[in-house]
This record gives sequence, structure tokens and C-alpha cells, in this order.
Amino acid sequence: MIRFDHVTKVYDAPQHPALSDIDLEVDRGDFAFLVGASGSGKSTFIRLVLREERPSSGSVHVAGTNVDKLPSWKVPLLRRNIGVVFQDFRLLPNKTVFANVAFAMQVIGRSRAMIRETVPQVLETVGLKEKGGRMPHELSGGEQQRVAIARAVVNRPAILLADEPTGNLDPETGRGIMEILDRINQNGTTVVMATHDDEIVNRMRRRVIELDHGKVVRDERGGEYHAVGDQLVLSAGNQAIAPFDSEEDEL
Amino acid sequence: MRLSFVLSEIFSGLRRNLSMVVSVILVTFVSLSFVGAAGLLQAQVTQMKGYWFDKVQVAVYLCNSTSVSANCPVGADGAATPVSESQRTAVEDALKSDEMKSYVAMYEYESPEEAYKHFQEQFGNSSMADLVKPDQLPASFRIKLVDPEKYQVINERFSTMPGVDQVADQRQYLDKVFQLINVASIVAVIIAAVMIVCAVLLVATTIRLSAFTRRRETGIMRLVGASKSVIQLPFVLEGVIAAAIGAILASGVLWAVLQFVVTDRLAAENPQVAFIDPTEMFWVAPLLILIGVLLAGLSSLLTLRRYLKV
Repeated sequence: MIRFDHVTKVYDAPQHPALSDIDLEVDRGDFAFLVGASGSGKSTFIRLVLREERPSSGSVHVAGTNVDKLPSWKVPLLRRNIGVVFQDFRLLPNKTVFANVAFAMQVIGRSRAMIRETVPQVLETVGLKEKGGRMPHELSGGEQQRVAIARAVVNRPAILLADEPTGNLDPETGRGIMEILDRINQNGTTVVMATHDDEIVNRMRRRVIELDHGKVVRDERGGEYHAVGDQLVLSAGNQAIAPFDSEEDEL
Repeated sequence: MRLSFVLSEIFSGLRRNLSMVVSVILVTFVSLSFVGAAGLLQAQVTQMKGYWFDKVQVAVYLCNSTSVSANCPVGADGAATPVSESQRTAVEDALKSDEMKSYVAMYEYESPEEAYKHFQEQFGNSSMADLVKPDQLPASFRIKLVDPEKYQVINERFSTMPGVDQVADQRQYLDKVFQLINVASIVAVIIAAVMIVCAVLLVATTIRLSAFTRRRETGIMRLVGASKSVIQLPFVLEGVIAAAIGAILASGVLWAVLQFVVTDRLAAENPQVAFIDPTEMFWVAPLLILIGVLLAGLSSLLTLRRYLKV
């Protein structure tokens, strides 16, 4: 679903690339954690998938398309296939919960009937069925993040990118968010989540891609990790799997 | 993209930026008023020139029954004697003569009927048009001179000929008036140009501000895959609507000036001068709206290209 082919991304300092020769693939329906310290390249990874940035060398394929070769007018179509959730929620403060979710459908021209049918369903998925009429500031942080998730998935994207979605939340609330992301993943959506919360990573037992100074230092499935400083370290005795599947993504 | 959604986005944008939008409206209003005024002044010049002005310099008016000059003998009934056929031919022969050849480039005869037609075209919107009958208007020879300065030669040669009422140099008075109007037009155009620059810059600043205050919305629109046109349209329309309101205000003020100052005062007090009337706004108003919309649209598109990442 997402394939990085020897991707290097340099911002300003050529000797310190944000990403350096990244070569990996996330399959359809996968749930992958992207871990690593601040500045390790997690956000750059996400920005490259969204084509907010273009690789300095190598190529990024999303849903079978080389995003660098995509003409700029087609970029919105790529992004309709990708949902994004951020640490700071990014809700519109002057719109209700319902309107925030509906906004994502309105701006891509969905009909009012379709919006009225879909938004309540999605709000129910994230457990906010009763709170559609509330304003964002009336909600707790966890509830706000659930609205953001509802907005990210309301257009049924194939990929959900989450950049530290639990970073601003207490552990209990974070677990609630993870349950929702897990449920979305069970429904077939590929989820890539950047985090440095080892408790969450350990409990979920999913694929972990660890970045350090722009390089993949670990890519393992279902392992147990613990934090050493601000790094997550794989505990001994876990079985590592090959990071790449030969299976082709086609769409 | 649903129309109602675009409209609600535009109106929330207009509300949020109210003070800037009002200043855009006012600046476009003032600048387009000057543009329109310059256009109307030129229309007034055209109106005053009438049919002959650009074609000839000198008119030799022939006597008719209403002539009062001493050249036209008064008959028994108290009215002047109209020019006779032989007198008219004599004048025409003189124009064609070798003596005049070096002065007269071209001449045309205007019969009273033609004079009436041209008069109606020039004064059609004034009360004069109804009062004047064809037989009140003299026949004339309209003469184009080789050298426009040699008016006196024509005057000396023809003014004493029998049947000639008077010889008139049309440019004599009008040229001064036109000079004045042209200076006024140039001043209006200069002021308009400066104000238009202000308007363009102000639209750009407004759009920039608007793009900044709505960066959350546009950021989310980008992320969920809204197309470029959907993201930019509300901003462009915001500027365009403000400029169009300014243009409509300018048209309204110019119309009011034409109606209440020109038609009701100037034209009523000076019936001998042909004035433009408020129907001129039928071409001026659409032009002003078009100019306003184009300027605002272009400047906001250029601004968005720099300040709104899509």
C-alpha cells in the first residue's frame, strides 16, 4: 500500500538528511508503528506519503502510484485516499462536532443526503453518537481526538496516517484511541502511526518500524519493546520477520 | 462542491474580515468613480462635437426665414428672405473656384433636412429637440480647410456674399472647452490609476489576511483532498464581490451626478449645449463592474499563488 524505494529526503543540511535511503513497504491492511526520537524522520515519512514533501531521491509509491510523478492537480485525489490524524487534533473551533466531520465531505463535494447519512455512522464508530451537536471546546481531549479520527475516516480512505495521536492524552484515554484505530484497521484500512509511547506499542503487538537519524534501524513484527531514554528497544528473544513482502500493491 | 457551501464560506469570510472588506469596497468605489468620470467626460466631448466637428472647420450658413444678420434682407412679411437657388450656386461656384482651391480641401452641402437630422442626433435628449423644426435650421456649406488657421480668408471671401447668413469657425469656442475637459479627464485618469493601484494592493492584503485567518480550514481542506479551485474560490470571490459592490456604488454615484447635476441643472440652464444624459450609464456601469471584477480577481489569484499553499 505504501512503498518507499531508496528514499532520501534532505531539507537544508546535505550531511544530515531527514530520511536516508529508506526502503520499506507497508502492506494493505497492515497496522504499523513508526517509532523513534524527535527528529528521527517520522514526520517526514508521513509528509512524503501525503506528498506534502517530495523525496530528494528515490520514489514513494502510495496505492500503486509513484506520488512524485503525480501531476499537482491529481494530488487532492491522492489525499482523498489518505486520512490524517495529528497530535493537536486540528478541529475547527467554530464548528460543531457534526459540522467538523461533515466539512471533510463538503469540501470534496459530497451531497447533503450522503453527509446526513454517513456522519452519524462514523460518529457512532468513534463513540460520539450523542455529541454531534457539541462544540470542540466542550469536549475532553480524548473526545476531540475521536472527532479528528472520525473526520479522517469519513471519506473511507484506504490509508490512515496518525502522527502521535495519543501524544496529548493521558494513558487511559490513549488506550481508548488505540481501540478505535484498531477497529478501523480491522475494517481493512491500512494504519501507520507515529509514536514514542512504548506502552501502546507493546500492548498492540503490531509491526514496528524504528527510525533513527533518518535510517530504519529496526523493522519487526509483534515484538515487545521497552523505552531506553527516548528510544524503544526490542526485548531479547523476540522473533524478527523480514521487513519486506514480495507481494505487489495494486489499485 | 455545493453552491450553498461555497456561499456560506464566502459570507463567513466577508463577516470575519469586515473592516478590510469595507475598505476594499470604498477604495474600488472611489477609483472606479474616477475611471467612470473620465469616460463620461470623453463622452461629453463627443456629444458636444456633434456631427461636423471632426470633419470640417468652417461653416458657411445660408440665409433662411429666421436669419437675423444684415446680410439676409428682410422681406415685406418681416421675415428674412431665404437664400435663393442662384445665390446658393454662386457660393458653391466660389468654393470650387481656382481662387479658393488652395484653401479649401473639401466642402459639403448640408440641407436644412440634413441639419435637422444631425441636430436631433446631438440634442435628441434635450428639450431643444422638440422646439426646433427643420425650416428653422439654415442650410450650410461645411468646409474643410487645407490650413485650419486660414479661417479669415474664408470669412472675408464669403461673409459678404448675398444669401450668406454668417461664416462661423466652429473650433474657436469649443476647442477651449475641450481643452478644459481633456485636462479634467487626464486628472481623473491619473487619480483613478493611483486609486486602482491602491485597490489592487488592498485586495492583495485582504486576501493575504483572509488566507492567514483561515489557515486551519484551508489546511484541513488540503488534507482531506479538496481541489485547488475549491480551496481558492471562496477567497477569490470574497475580493471579487467586494470590488463588484464598489463598482455598483460608483455607478450609482455617477448616475446620480448625471441625473441631478448634469440633466436637472446644467442641461436645464444651458439648453444651447448638448449634454450627455444618464443613459450613458448603460455602457459605463457594466464597464466599471467588469474592471472591478477583473482587477480583484487577478490580484487575489496572484496573492493566493504566493500565500496559500495547495
